[in-house]
Amino acid sequence: MVRETNRYFKFDWITILLFFCLVGFGWVNILSASHTGTVVDYFDISQPFGKQIIFIAISVVLIVIILAIDAKFYERFASIIYVISMLSLVGLFIFGKNVNGATSWYGFGSFTIQPSEFAKAATALAVAKFVSDLNTNLHTFKDQLKVCAIIFTPAVLVLLQNDTGSTIVYGSFFFVLYREGLPKYYLNILVSLISIAIISLKFGPIVTSVIAVIVAVLVHVFNKKKLRIHYLLLILVAAIAVSFSIKLFYNNVLQPHQKDRISLWLNLEKDPIKLHRMKKTFAYNLNESEKAIGAGGLWGKGFMQGTRTTGKFVPEQHTDYIFSTVGEEWGFLGSSMVVITFVLLLLRILHLAELQKSQFSRIYGYSVAAIVFIHFLINIGMVMGLIPTIGIPLPMFSFGGSGLLSFTILIFIFVKLDSNRINEW
Amino acid sequence: MRQVLLFISIIVVGLIFISRLFYLQVYTSESHSLFEDNAIRKVYDYPKRGFVFDRNGKLLVSNQPSYDIMVIPREVEPLDTLEFCNLLKINKDQFLKRYNKARHYSPRLPSVFVSHLSKEDYAILQEKMRKFHGFYIQKRSLRHYEASIGANVLGDLGEVNNRIIEKDPYYRMGDLIGKQGIEASYEHTLRGVKGIKFIQKDRFNRNIGPYKNGDFDTIPEPGKDITITIDAKLQAYGELLMRNKRGGVIAIEPATGEILAMVAAPTYDPNILVGRDRSKNFTKLYNDSIAKPLFNRSLQGVYSPGSPFKLMNALISLQEGVMSPKETVTCYSGYHYGGSFMKCHCHSGTRNNMISGIQHSCNAYFATIYRKILDKTGSASKGIDVWSDHAKSFGLGEFLNNDLYVGQKGRIPDRDYYKYVYPKTFYSSYTVSNAIGQGEVATTPIQLANMAAAIANRGYFYTPHIIKNIEGETLPEQFTKPKQTSIDKQHFDPVIEGMYQVYKRGTAAALQVKGIDICGKTGTVENFIKLDSVKMQLTDHSIFLAFAPKDNPKIAISVFVENGYWGSRYAGKIASLMIEKHLRDSITRTDLETWILKHSLENEYAKPYSGKPFGINGRSAFQVVDDEEYTELRELLDKINKQDK
Repeated sequence: MVRETNRYFKFDWITILLFFCLVGFGWVNILSASHTGTVVDYFDISQPFGKQIIFIAISVVLIVIILAIDAKFYERFASIIYVISMLSLVGLFIFGKNVNGATSWYGFGSFTIQPSEFAKAATALAVAKFVSDLNTNLHTFKDQLKVCAIIFTPAVLVLLQNDTGSTIVYGSFFFVLYREGLPKYYLNILVSLISIAIISLKFGPIVTSVIAVIVAVLVHVFNKKKLRIHYLLLILVAAIAVSFSIKLFYNNVLQPHQKDRISLWLNLEKDPIKLHRMKKTFAYNLNESEKAIGAGGLWGKGFMQGTRTTGKFVPEQHTDYIFSTVGEEWGFLGSSMVVITFVLLLLRILHLAELQKSQFSRIYGYSVAAIVFIHFLINIGMVMGLIPTIGIPLPMFSFGGSGLLSFTILIFIFVKLDSNRINEW
Repeated sequence: MRQVLLFISIIVVGLIFISRLFYLQVYTSESHSLFEDNAIRKVYDYPKRGFVFDRNGKLLVSNQPSYDIMVIPREVEPLDTLEFCNLLKINKDQFLKRYNKARHYSPRLPSVFVSHLSKEDYAILQEKMRKFHGFYIQKRSLRHYEASIGANVLGDLGEVNNRIIEKDPYYRMGDLIGKQGIEASYEHTLRGVKGIKFIQKDRFNRNIGPYKNGDFDTIPEPGKDITITIDAKLQAYGELLMRNKRGGVIAIEPATGEILAMVAAPTYDPNILVGRDRSKNFTKLYNDSIAKPLFNRSLQGVYSPGSPFKLMNALISLQEGVMSPKETVTCYSGYHYGGSFMKCHCHSGTRNNMISGIQHSCNAYFATIYRKILDKTGSASKGIDVWSDHAKSFGLGEFLNNDLYVGQKGRIPDRDYYKYVYPKTFYSSYTVSNAIGQGEVATTPIQLANMAAAIANRGYFYTPHIIKNIEGETLPEQFTKPKQTSIDKQHFDPVIEGMYQVYKRGTAAALQVKGIDICGKTGTVENFIKLDSVKMQLTDHSIFLAFAPKDNPKIAISVFVENGYWGSRYAGKIASLMIEKHLRDSITRTDLETWILKHSLENEYAKPYSGKPFGINGRSAFQVVDDEEYTELRELLDKINKQDK
């Protein structure tokens, strides 16, 4: 009996509490965003809020199952889970259902399943398994390639299904690999590439090149660990080449709707007709979402009191734009609380991950934090107009069964692994 | 570094998000008012505007329905355009133009397709409306002036402008508000309180239902009906008599201060300022800078009062004890003072006491008593202030503070007024013109009528007002409490006797009405205009002031006819007719009536603008209206007489 109680308390209740806070508050906002009448039947499963209740119930059942399964199971079966998951993604090309231009769903009657959501957890398991293997050394190019293959397989598959948002999520594994010893120059290259891309798009390649030269000179003068001069020149030439070719990439590789989003974000578009067209499509969404958030003020309008929410001014408000409901109805205080709750949950998971003795658990925990973080960053950033529009749900918050269940699985596998951290395997 | 990268990223992103939230929600937050929330449609429910009745219960102003054809372009289905156009009395080009305009404005929202449809067109269209999908009829309420009289009394409604909206947030763009007359002065009583419905919109601007079940909605409160003191029949009669003349007629009931008639000529049919043609007609009236039909001469016209003001001087002299009624003044066909001479039409050597002085309107007599008043204490500076205060106690030289929308102070000078012209010395001879109601004295017709009422009452008056009754309200004290003048009751008798003699034997002897003891006073006022910086003298204004009967007066009246020459020529006749009409409801002096209807002053008014030299007063010819117009005026008269049968 004592043993049982101990095991019971070994779960990290802070994580669980934060998780359910987000799920519960998310449901409250889905209710606000999707209710139509004045009399609300909470269990009306034709409505999103009714469906979400069922999803929450399923995820509770799932939690019990996940926590009941032996912790070793996840490590042992990681590869198999990964393979099954990849097969389910491939299967989409044959059996998939096309919704809004993305072939990401299997349909079962009125319910649909989005395997790409579950693939994130599977990939996290696979990466943890591979990197924690004693034979793996991230400093070798061969192993770097292997881990890239693990990550890029699902990323490319979802990209082919036109689900750009999910593809970007796989970028979160960079944090994991870097933590586990990926050489530092990868980070430098990544940060430099992103900076060069943004600066060249906004200010043109000439300005970017000038900045690159200045940075190179500064690095040469102040860096104690002197790089050889021809290395520095090589990097500089590469940077300038990138800055000149980024426009080419932007114009020829990106699809028009992706270009529009970036040009709106960087304020590049000057053609009034095109701007007007944007204002009627995705920019409309962003504009309405910012207005709804702004309308909330300090205290918010109160639960179910948001006039823009009730009037359905923000399309997709119960899914990707759910945070605008929080903004309008709960104001600055409520929205900040949600942001803080996410930050606390992420920091808690990271903290626990660092405490793990098992490398597998640590890497997995790190993956969980990184994946949730990228969702959090992109979704709320997009809803508030800080980053380009990318369709990706807010974890635990947005309406959607696959999303909720996949995050439940992702997080609670880690809760299970964490509860086992003292045990020797 | 490797361990903290994600840690730091999370914290930095969290901070950035909170700052952005602060910027969006606190720093640049919009107002929370329901009225400013553009997700909520505000639909106003306009109450019935109050009716206006005359003192005898005759309906003067009511509401009429007006019908607008509305279109929602998206819902329009192919239709028989030819039939539709014929019903609406438009052609196909207009149809297409209007349709495209509406479509351009919004395919989803209703636009006005044709506004202010007549009742007749509406009746025919109504039955066929079901055939035309996407079109519907919207009812609005417009004002209807039952009798086409009293434009200056009743006023009109117009759309509110931005200045009004800023001052009073009750009004919204497109609301109607009283612009003149009682529509303006009783705006709050008549309009009621509009109701409001809050409706939740969706992003396509469509209604999706009442906001919060209509908990915040309010029910409109209908406007109250009011009864005004105007006697519609007398008003119509007055307006008819003033046809082809300019000026004002004001009749007051002395016992109550109620305004029986308030005529401003020229006037217009109030119905032309309703509906589709309002702005066109208003511009026309507004731009007529010569006849000025929008200028309410009976309230705003500031004129020298002329001889009727002599009554005032007579009363003051008695009150101040500088003159007794029997005391006489010898007139030498005029009055010499300080090297100047004021003419009088008395034969040289006539000895006038107060009664005959009034009767003959002797300038010398009044110049003498005016100077006596001012010189009573030996200082004309003090004397003129005493004189001024007495005159002001009759409501002259001040706003009347009543419920009429416009007004003018007029002018009763005191020492202060003259301080720039006569900074040091001031003698009674300086302002002798005031004695005969010229010079610096100026009054409006309503002030003169009020003075007549105060004389009729022997010493007090009620502030002249236009409201008689408001549904469920009592009138304010300022209209029900008499105001005492500074002249004692006994001093009125000689003055009234003088006014009676004006009718019996004096300047208005030709205007007697058998069986009615009328007291009156004629006035003839010199006047000038400046046109292209040339000062010209025009034919004198004709002024008359009267009350009747002598005992227990029922009506006090002042008549002002611009350029009508002498007092009894136009103004006196009109006054007699109005008095008889009011007291008897029928006219025995039909000769006067015919004379007034037949004569026009339009030629007189055209003179200064003709660009040619012209003669005035005795050198101007009578103008008689043509037969056609005379017949028309006669028909109007018959109509007025028939009204209450």
